[in-house]
Amino acid sequence: MSFLNVIRKRLVFLVFVMFGVTLITFTISNLIPGDPARLIAGDRATAEIVEKIRNDLGLDRPLYEQYGKYIVGVAQGDLGTSIRTRRPVLEDLKIFFPATLELAIVALMLAIAMGIPLGVASAVWKNKPIDHLVRIISVIGISTPAFWLGLLLIVFFYGKLGIFPGGGRIDQNIAMPQHVTGFLLIDSLIARDFTAFKSVVGHLILPAFTLGFVHLGVVARQVRSAMLEELKQDYIRTARANGVSEFSIVFTEALPNAMIPSITVLGLAVGDLLYGAVLTETVFAWPGMGAYVVSSIQALDFPAVMGFTVVVSLAYVMVNLAVDLIYMMVDPRIRGIS
Amino acid sequence: MSEILQEKSAKQEKPIKKRSFIDWRYLWYQLTGSPLTMVGLVVILLILILVIFAPIFATHDPNTIDLRARLASPSADHFFGTDEVGRDIYSRILFGGRLSIAVGFGVVIVAGFIGTLIGALSGLIGGWFDTITMRIMDVVLSVPSLVLIMALAAALGPSLVNAAFAIAIVRIPYYVRLSRGQALLVREMPYVAAAQTFKASRWHILRWHVIPNILSPIVVQATLDLGNTILLAAALSFIGLGAQQPTAEWGAMVATGRNYILDQWWYSGFPGFAILLTATAFNIFGDGIRDILDPKQNAH
Repeated sequence: MSFLNVIRKRLVFLVFVMFGVTLITFTISNLIPGDPARLIAGDRATAEIVEKIRNDLGLDRPLYEQYGKYIVGVAQGDLGTSIRTRRPVLEDLKIFFPATLELAIVALMLAIAMGIPLGVASAVWKNKPIDHLVRIISVIGISTPAFWLGLLLIVFFYGKLGIFPGGGRIDQNIAMPQHVTGFLLIDSLIARDFTAFKSVVGHLILPAFTLGFVHLGVVARQVRSAMLEELKQDYIRTARANGVSEFSIVFTEALPNAMIPSITVLGLAVGDLLYGAVLTETVFAWPGMGAYVVSSIQALDFPAVMGFTVVVSLAYVMVNLAVDLIYMMVDPRIRGIS
Repeated sequence: MSEILQEKSAKQEKPIKKRSFIDWRYLWYQLTGSPLTMVGLVVILLILILVIFAPIFATHDPNTIDLRARLASPSADHFFGTDEVGRDIYSRILFGGRLSIAVGFGVVIVAGFIGTLIGALSGLIGGWFDTITMRIMDVVLSVPSLVLIMALAAALGPSLVNAAFAIAIVRIPYYVRLSRGQALLVREMPYVAAAQTFKASRWHILRWHVIPNILSPIVVQATLDLGNTILLAAALSFIGLGAQQPTAEWGAMVATGRNYILDQWWYSGFPGFAILLTATAFNIFGDGIRDILDPKQNAH
């Protein structure tokens, strides 16, 4: 199947998915017992004002009409207005999205940097003590409540040692670098503001480690099983027979091939990290989408929650598509299979 | 000729020894050969005993307020210290575990049962029913599950039962997809064709031929899901969508303890460790069970 065909097929599926997602979120938001018009108007508003707001928002129209209006809006990039912040949801998400993405990317890099060596060691010394240790670390990673690990790290590194800050993205007494990309790491480098850069790195370490540790196990497990698969292959035996050193066999022969099937898992991890950040952000007062959506949920701000769900689902499906395309590019065998 | 037939049917009517769906002796034999899985099992059993017999093992009433002993550090009297109104954290963890573990089993049983039934039926019937069911599942699966669970739990209103309900709903598609795939394989088996020749009803085939033969991978998935569900339920309680104050529940305890985290680390520390220990034990056990029941999935 050609690239274009895959893309075409997946874009059709994407439309289908977005239709389903909006339908699900719309149904959910109509389940809430509260009255959105009353929430917007506030407790002291008169019945006439509430009625007017209901009329303005079209909440008095039949449900199918409301849904139709909502989906037309989504298609045009209008996710509605947040009840809590009284701003367009898309504008809110634009502010918070880069913070979440920056955290997720750094966390993924940490998970990869720790997970690949662990996975390789585990495969090379299969059934040896180190393999058991790595497997136990992986299981613990998957089983750790991220919010709890974050709290412990704060107690130890902020409370006891005082070497890392306890929350936020940058010290409050340091000016934010000029907004270019929204990623503070990059923006502070562009502005050549190294004090800000140092502060940003310091603020990133604990939350990124928390988020990364949970995914470390996923990466290590995947690399381990892919490596075991590769090390069984004939070309490895041939290389060994030709006297290639064990180091080269592992790192230049087997590992690159083992990384191909791992791309899928790593790609899916990006999606997981994006929404997995919800809990980590809450603990570290990280001003990202996760913290935004938790506050929105607590305030029953459903336009915001729906907007978040739509945006994250879209990102999730796009990441999956990108992963599949990269997979096709690096592994020509897949292209032949429809 | 008719005599032979009669003889055959008489033979068939002999009471057949009831066959268990899972070979327990084989399972036990394999378990004893995997020390790590055994450790997981032993820890699970210990936790279950502690939690089920919480009134015996608890040193204090989980809800008794003692303002003189508020925020006390761990001691011989209060093993894990006390909270902001002087309740014993150790006793609250034991009683809280009842909720967390009940939610784990409840969600997995409900989602597993409904999902397996829908999936097996979908695979067996095929046609438009199958197409529509699977497209719906595809959509649900393409939405990040935590986000969907949070939205659903928030809409239903914050309570542990609603949180469990939300998790169960979102987990159903995983079982549907798994059991449908298995049912498609089983459907082609000669024994299903044989049953169809005898005009066995669809329900009969589903109940006696399909479900028993697709059970192993589902049990594996369910075991692995237990740890995950306990984590999720705790996470929902942590952000205020699950158990509410003053209920003793692990996630909710970590959340309240957060306010005292820098000086009284034990308040959040021990309930969180209980979550970690329980989830780890279930995941280790689940991994082991997968290797035993479903060796194809994990050849290594």
